Amino acid sequence: MIVTLTDQPFEPGALVTAFCADRQETGAVATFVGLARAEAGAAAALELEAYPGFTDAAIGEVAQAAIERFKLHDVRIVHRIGRIAPGEAVVFVATAAGHRREAFEACDFLMDYLKSRAPFWKKEHCPDGARWIEPTDRDRTDAERWD
Amino acid sequence: MARVLLFGRLADQAGWRERSIDAGDLATLRSALAADDAVLGEALAGPGVQVAVDKALVRGEAILAAGTEVAFLPPMSGG
Repeated sequence: MIVTLTDQPFEPGALVTAFCADRQETGAVATFVGLARAEAGAAAALELEAYPGFTDAAIGEVAQAAIERFKLHDVRIVHRIGRIAPGEAVVFVATAAGHRREAFEACDFLMDYLKSRAPFWKKEHCPDGARWIEPTDRDRTDAERWD
Repeated sequence: MARVLLFGRLADQAGWRERSIDAGDLATLRSALAADDAVLGEALAGPGVQVAVDKALVRGEAILAAGTEVAFLPPMSGG
């Protein structure tokens, strides 16, 4: 299991290829890629702040819990930090399991956590200024499905 | 000296992200920060603000050894 925070753009395809390589018993790999939306020009850029050493450790703990809960073979998470332009990948999650159901569910579980509870602070830069964003009610209820 | 880190809106509000402050415990540190900037002191005590000492969340009081890192974390937004 590897968790990476990066301030550089990344290429999701290369991550999928690397994650799938050299697996003998994994029958299913599920992946999710989240992209920064332009919001029809309302959002000029997204800025994500993390606490290095704290944020990655917290995500690693939840990834480990997912491995146990869904009997995964492996997890890979890459999350952008810093300023992110519309269209760029913000987050990549890949889960490997013996069969597809566990891989799909674990990917969904990890994304619900990352979107609502992971230790990030999100700022949206708009043409008329910048504002800090809190999780939406939808993000919260999505995350509560797994409690 | 404790190394104090502010995140998110707290850093914007204070106008700084990192500062060294001489304090032997968390209460003394909070008082020193509030004496310097009363609005910030209030924000740090506000709802949903968590404190991490050397990257572990703490509730209530904490002793701060020299070189300890104290982070004030406003409500987390997710990614």
